Amino acid sequence: MAKLVIDPVTRIEGHLRIEAQIADGRVSEAYSSGTMFRGFEIILKGRDPRDAWIFTQRICNVCTMVHALASVRAVEDALGIKPPPLAQILRNLITAFQYVQDHVVHFYHLHALDWVDITQALKADPGAAAALGRSISEWPGNSPAALKALKEKLQAFVASGQLGPFANAYWGHPAYRLPPEANLLAVHHYLAALDWQREVIKAHAILGGKNPLLQTFLVGGMALPVDPNSSASLDAEKIALLRSLAGRAKEFVEQVYLPDLLAVASFYKDWAGIGGGVGNYLVYGELPMDPSGDPKSYAFPAGVIKGKDLSRVHPFDQKKVTEDVARSWYEDGEGPRHPWEGETRPRYTGPRPPYEELAAEGKYSWLKAPRYEGEAMEVGPLARVLVAYASGVKRVKELVDAALARLGAPPAALFSTLGRTAARGIETLYVAELIPTLLDQLTQAVKAGERKIHAGKGWDPSTWPKEARGFGTMEAPRGALGHWVVIREQKIERYQAVVPSTWNLSPRDARGRPGAVEAALAGTPLADPGKPLEILRTVHSFDPCMACAVHVTDPRGQTLAVVEVQG
Amino acid sequence: MDIPGPETLTHGPNVLSHSPNTLSRRSRGNSPPGAPPARGMTRRDFLRACSLLTAAMALPLRYTRRVAEALSQSGRTPVIWLEFQDCAGDTESLLRASHPSAAELVLDLISLDYHETIMAPAGKNAEASRLQTMEKYRGRYLVVVEGSIPTAEGGIYCTVGGKTAVEILKETASGAAAVIAVGTCAAFGGLPAAAPNPTGAVGVRDIVKDKPVLNLPGCSVNAVNLAAAIAHFLTFGELPAADDLGRPLFAYGHLVHDNCPRRGYFDTGRFVEEWGDDGHRAGWCLYKMGCKGPRAHHNCPQVGWNEGTSWPVGAGHPCIACTEPGFWDTSTPFYRWMGEGFLPATTRSARPLPYLSAGLAAAGAAVAAGAGTAALKRQRKKAAETPAREGS
Repeated sequence: MAKLVIDPVTRIEGHLRIEAQIADGRVSEAYSSGTMFRGFEIILKGRDPRDAWIFTQRICNVCTMVHALASVRAVEDALGIKPPPLAQILRNLITAFQYVQDHVVHFYHLHALDWVDITQALKADPGAAAALGRSISEWPGNSPAALKALKEKLQAFVASGQLGPFANAYWGHPAYRLPPEANLLAVHHYLAALDWQREVIKAHAILGGKNPLLQTFLVGGMALPVDPNSSASLDAEKIALLRSLAGRAKEFVEQVYLPDLLAVASFYKDWAGIGGGVGNYLVYGELPMDPSGDPKSYAFPAGVIKGKDLSRVHPFDQKKVTEDVARSWYEDGEGPRHPWEGETRPRYTGPRPPYEELAAEGKYSWLKAPRYEGEAMEVGPLARVLVAYASGVKRVKELVDAALARLGAPPAALFSTLGRTAARGIETLYVAELIPTLLDQLTQAVKAGERKIHAGKGWDPSTWPKEARGFGTMEAPRGALGHWVVIREQKIERYQAVVPSTWNLSPRDARGRPGAVEAALAGTPLADPGKPLEILRTVHSFDPCMACAVHVTDPRGQTLAVVEVQG
Repeated sequence: MDIPGPETLTHGPNVLSHSPNTLSRRSRGNSPPGAPPARGMTRRDFLRACSLLTAAMALPLRYTRRVAEALSQSGRTPVIWLEFQDCAGDTESLLRASHPSAAELVLDLISLDYHETIMAPAGKNAEASRLQTMEKYRGRYLVVVEGSIPTAEGGIYCTVGGKTAVEILKETASGAAAVIAVGTCAAFGGLPAAAPNPTGAVGVRDIVKDKPVLNLPGCSVNAVNLAAAIAHFLTFGELPAADDLGRPLFAYGHLVHDNCPRRGYFDTGRFVEEWGDDGHRAGWCLYKMGCKGPRAHHNCPQVGWNEGTSWPVGAGHPCIACTEPGFWDTSTPFYRWMGEGFLPATTRSARPLPYLSAGLAAAGAAVAAGAGTAALKRQRKKAAETPAREGS
């Protein structure tokens, strides 16, 4: 049995290492290891809870606002603060634009090159590529002239001899199946999406001052004043700009992203039978369409699906979340703990760098192993779409059924690498369609004279109880995100974030059961184990964010880690 | 033009062999490394980008031609972008670059040979891209570093391909023409280095001692300044003039406070007192809400973010002085104001002055405050030295 190592896994955020055992041309066992650690929760201890969102926002900035929102929600929960409806609408808008921008960037810039062979684009007939483009979409950008210019640009780029980020990839791999024209079209859209995302995310600059790293969240509301008669506030002109950006967002998703997704998928239908994984799906819920923030109004309902059973959605209960460190580089405590109770200390027991292999038998990751009712869960777009589908959310059902019909696939096809990638596109359109509704809510509120962006009450720490604990959730683009905070004497006593990629990229737990990606990789066919393109497909379908995934809570004292280095 | 087939682009894991028929060797032939690259930008777009870059470097516009010449003659300088203890915020900033855009920058102006978040190859093939550039362009490539470098416990807190961040940085920087540290983490250690700095995180200058290192702090770096710094290097063959913290003067030479559009409100004592109050909506000064603009060196107010769409103060939130070393400890608690020490003597009374009588009141207050100049200086000094952590 051969061992295969991919480190660094690229086109993700952060530092991920995959080790896999290969037998008979397939992955038999996979191990997912996070190889970077910063210690956010240690740094947060003793600080002002109102500052926490600015710290936690830096956990990761690919989807740049999720930890900010989860954090203010956790502190608000602890202190009994309710943000005003206007602030809720602004938060929803920021979240919705984040989904759309982030998913498009994932598809084109992080995932597409697993399916698209750029070198084949050089063989394409630009006229035929334009015709192919017109056959799948009315998008005006697919003109013969544009595709001809692109082909010439690519030729010149290749002739320059400097292939930059595209050198040394697995080009020519037998698992690439698109015809040359589809490859050229995809490269065209790769570049178009790069320009598009820069424009669309200006919505975040309007609502948050800048992107990345928006800077207008507050415990209790938002710092962005709203006043139609002041250019220093969110005024009519800026709202009009948001509307225009929302239009551009939806247009690109409808006319470029989804047609591309379905066209590419049609060449890779066998991937509807690969990469399924644990079959358990967890969703905390997001986008309260009622400005009061009522969870019953979530556009993405909360819930749990077990064992791929779409006939039943179980209610989510945060008390059932635990974290296990049996196979993670932390000191073993007394078994799995709830985030409010977690007491863990880093203890590196891996090989001394530089190393070739991690010992798969023992501890092998900076990620912990979160479990729900003791089970490994998958979180993210597929989980959200499945829970919405099984909960009977009408628009999601329509979109899923239409996509399945187009591909001639049964609902069971969703439990796969292809299903995961398709679900991301489906929810992008769903969210892009919600943005105009959110903007209507905003204009109506402004018209009705609402100006309150902050609760006011609860801002002054002297009004806080001596001890408080809170829990804040956020459905990040990558999945269920939870922050747990304990506040004592106006300071953070304990802080814990359980993030989407910790769920998905989790190592094994005390019972030896793999995490979602590890499970999904088992059985993956490899045409050429020297070029494990197929592994990248499934790993990227989860859209890992490793900077998010590694964290630790509550050390005893400042000597952080005990290091026992092997070898 | 002879277009190579895909096979020339396809490298297995053994790409290190520089066989004479690899594409890059062949196509470059005998041409010098500075031969004009094939460009995908139109001439108009290119010149526009050059004029904007010239402006961003705070150079007179007559330098535009020189910038354009340099950028079209320098070939595409190879860049190795390393990510360590990072959040990808600086990478995301790069993707928001507008003039030149990320695509223009990456495909037309430089050759981004290694960048884990963007590059197509993975694993050993990705590593090969880094090693090839280091060997082939020794002494001529740029290294960009994002994220801090953990030094505690032998560097085990960040490894890539089984090697520590310290080892990779030393190895990669050894053949570089220069190193650019983007973001406050790479420049000064940033958030991972915030107290109690659990992983022994440091900035690039603590590791790389024998190469020019330019610091572009900011949480995150502004793409305008990154593009300008690279253009400066390509144009003049050296890094731009910097302050004693290694920050280029063109972007970090002035205080946010001194160029803040709300400065007039500060000077006349008009302050936001509560989130969403009349002053907040009217765009008054955020100093009393905790703004750290008076100690932040950055061109944030002038260049803005996302093609100048906005910036944090413009959107109603205080500046957190994210370009300063140690700001996670010295700017916090973020919402505590820095006290009266920074206020003009005329506005010490907590109450805003009525606009029309401001001149008169100022005259009176100046007399009253005149005797206290020394005390004021002491106060300012104190505020600057101990701005933080009362609550922690």
